[in-house]
Amino acid sequence: MAGPVRFLSPQEHAVLEAACERCIPATDAHPGARALGVADYIDGLLGAFLVDPPRIWAGGPFSGRHGGEPGFDTYLRLSSLEELAWRTRIEGSQGIPERERLGPVKGWQQEYRDGIAALGADYCDCDGEEQDRRLDALPGFKALCYEHACEGAYGAPEYGGNRGGAGWRAIGFPGDVAPRGYTDAEVSERP
Amino acid sequence: MSDCDAAIVGSGPAGATAAHVLTEAGWSVIVLEKGRNHLLDLEPPFGPLGAVSNDELKLTRRHFLGPDPWLEPRTYRRSASDGDRLETGDVNNLPSTVGGGGSHADGKLPRFREEDFRILSHQGAVEGAELVDWPFGYDEVEACYAEAERVVGVAGEAGANPFASWRADPFPMPPGPDMYCARLTSEAATRLGYHPYRAPTGVNSVEYDGRPACNNCGFCAYYGCPIEAKGDPVAPLRHALRTGRCELRPESVVTDVLVDGTGRRARGVRYLDRELDLHEISARHVILAGGAFETPRLLLRNGLGNPDVVGRFLSFHFQTFVLGIFDHRLHGHRGRAVTHLMDDPIVGDGDVAAAARDAGLPFLRGGIVEHGAASGPVMEALHSPAGPMHSRLMVDSPLRDCMAAFTMQGEDLPVATNRVDLDPQVRDVYGMPAGRVTYAPHRHEVACAEHWAPRLELVMREAGAQRTFWATSPALPGTRGDLPGFRAPMSRHIIGTARMGDDPRTSVFDRWQRLHGIDNVMCADSSVFPTSTGYGPTLTIVALAIRASRALAGLDPLRSNRARP
Ligand SMILES: Cc1cc2nc3c(=O)[nH]c(=O)nc-3n(C[C@H](O)[C@H](O)[C@H](O)COP(=O)(O)OP(=O)(O)OC[C@H]3O[C@@H](n4cnc5c(N)ncnc54)[C@H](O)[C@@H]3O)c2cc1C
Ligand code: SF4
Repeated sequence: MAGPVRFLSPQEHAVLEAACERCIPATDAHPGARALGVADYIDGLLGAFLVDPPRIWAGGPFSGRHGGEPGFDTYLRLSSLEELAWRTRIEGSQGIPERERLGPVKGWQQEYRDGIAALGADYCDCDGEEQDRRLDALPGFKALCYEHACEGAYGAPEYGGNRGGAGWRAIGFPGDVAPRGYTDAEVSERP
Repeated sequence: MSDCDAAIVGSGPAGATAAHVLTEAGWSVIVLEKGRNHLLDLEPPFGPLGAVSNDELKLTRRHFLGPDPWLEPRTYRRSASDGDRLETGDVNNLPSTVGGGGSHADGKLPRFREEDFRILSHQGAVEGAELVDWPFGYDEVEACYAEAERVVGVAGEAGANPFASWRADPFPMPPGPDMYCARLTSEAATRLGYHPYRAPTGVNSVEYDGRPACNNCGFCAYYGCPIEAKGDPVAPLRHALRTGRCELRPESVVTDVLVDGTGRRARGVRYLDRELDLHEISARHVILAGGAFETPRLLLRNGLGNPDVVGRFLSFHFQTFVLGIFDHRLHGHRGRAVTHLMDDPIVGDGDVAAAARDAGLPFLRGGIVEHGAASGPVMEALHSPAGPMHSRLMVDSPLRDCMAAFTMQGEDLPVATNRVDLDPQVRDVYGMPAGRVTYAPHRHEVACAEHWAPRLELVMREAGAQRTFWATSPALPGTRGDLPGFRAPMSRHIIGTARMGDDPRTSVFDRWQRLHGIDNVMCADSSVFPTSTGYGPTLTIVALAIRASRALAGLDPLRSNRARP
């Protein structure tokens, strides 16, 4: 499997990681966003087109965790229209007419760059309360960040987050289980 | 000489079934599908492509099976008083891909009941809705239902549903395993006098038709099946391809049905390929199977079909969700998404009749109640708050692992102002006007939800839930869920937008699903349903596609294996 994709600078990545940790904090029973690699997941999404095929859709049919050959770590090709849609979402419309059919789109790369900048270069050094205050002052950015943090915490590890399946383990969810699946008794009986 | 006997628009359950029946009858068909192919190899032996997987991000967050709402937006408003539109993007989208919504669905496939085909005679008229009887009855369709169950491969238990209409044959397969939570809820329902039963499901409980038994992986509703244990529509599509008379062209967007100079015959279709080049193919017949949203959109764009009716009477199902939170884990992520159904809200009782009278309505007809559970953890997380509560809630899992769910698919009465039309401004990436939904429920649906939700909450409590709550889709104004971005109905059951009937003044297609006025255009999808009923539409789509396609090919009508008891 290819190494991690980086779009953000190390400083930006650190700020994002701290912000995600406020959204998904570590507890005794649950690793926080930092330990789960949630910022790596988001960075991978922002940099999806830095690799070919882009890291949008993991392959199949199985991950190899429960039998079968691992297929999740190769990525599927996008059609040219799908690429247009995903580049628009990620990179923004940038004045390109075909990306502005439904109006200008700012793009996640810029949303994150701006949001991270607005949190401040000293964000990592602030205490939790101050970090929450700054994040709450950017409700749109917080919502975007939280949405992606949830994906990064509990999506398949091949996308860069949910490190080693630790997000799934914490919540008692086995993740993808094909082709082994569950026995009929496991479906019907109380655990 | 035409390029083919039939050009089929769409490869979902409707189009795949038509392709299967027509190729078996010796016809050559070309299936045009606007979405991509992730389902099966287009070269013999047409095996699986291995692209679908237990991947919540790809399947539920990243539009893998399409349509991408930015490329092909739809728009939504509740009524004209919302202005041109309230929302733009995903409006009750079914996948746009080879196989359509079929493999994405988890395939509860009940038959309709006899009275569903004659609701006007059975129940009487309702103000504000245009109820009609269907142009044929259940007895005429029974054999097609049986054939649909064989083609798709339906697992079920004859006699388990005391309200089911008669059937001539057993199900092709025995039912699969019961989910633990559905055992709790169905046993509770039985104690309270309701009649739950094992859901007939288009999922192999044993090896069937060369496809393996379900392994209970649990990534079922909203996912394709990685091992092809779901038969619809991979089974009919593969059968059609194996005849050598079916050509399937993915990434082919039909823009027009071509009509000859007389205006009374279609001569083929025009479509855009993946390079956006236009092509025409000539065909003796055109079969519309784009689903009940895209079929009227195509007809409207082309000015075809009775203009007073096309697009109108759009029905979803008015969904009532009753959620129960238990103090222990239910592992709803194991196995299929729903394993039990009950028809009690369709059939009604004295209590319902009284509620209808109180509401000033002649009747209240709900829908099947699906006994199921919550889905994946990303979805759960998105419904949990950010911050300190997040990690605790995810570990305790009240919104997933400890939650059971009822979904009532409430019958949605046909209302003329509920419709699909063409958005005046928004266009898709192909430059065609987006389809626009104008939809608000009839007060019957709301009264029905209000009647049943508290009763279903009692069932949940009887099953052991500590806390219960309910919501509807679309959300009622002012209730939880009535939020920007979530206002459009999300049932994925789309019905009635080009109804069939004997009178060309009040319908679009005739009883054989042929377009009034251009009889070599047939519609195979649920656009033609005159009413929505309270059941998932798909088995009936397949059964009617069999019936109409056989008639088109000049085959004898199927006969039931035994007479009506
Ligand atoms: C998660 C989920 C669960 C469901 N569960 C159930 C259930 O339990 N029971 C049930 O009965 N139903 C269920 N459904 C609904 C079921 O999927 C649909 O009823 C069914 O797919 C409709 O079949 P169809 O062939 O009419 O249309 P579709 O499946 O929508 O297929 C239409 C196809 O036509 C293509 N198309 C449209 N326009 C064009 C064009 N102009 N050119 C080329 N191609 C075109 C589309 O891309 C699409 O692939 C569920 C749906 C979902 C999403
Ligand atoms: S639960 Fe069964 S039918 Fe559903 S996707 Fe998994 S293996 Fe396929």
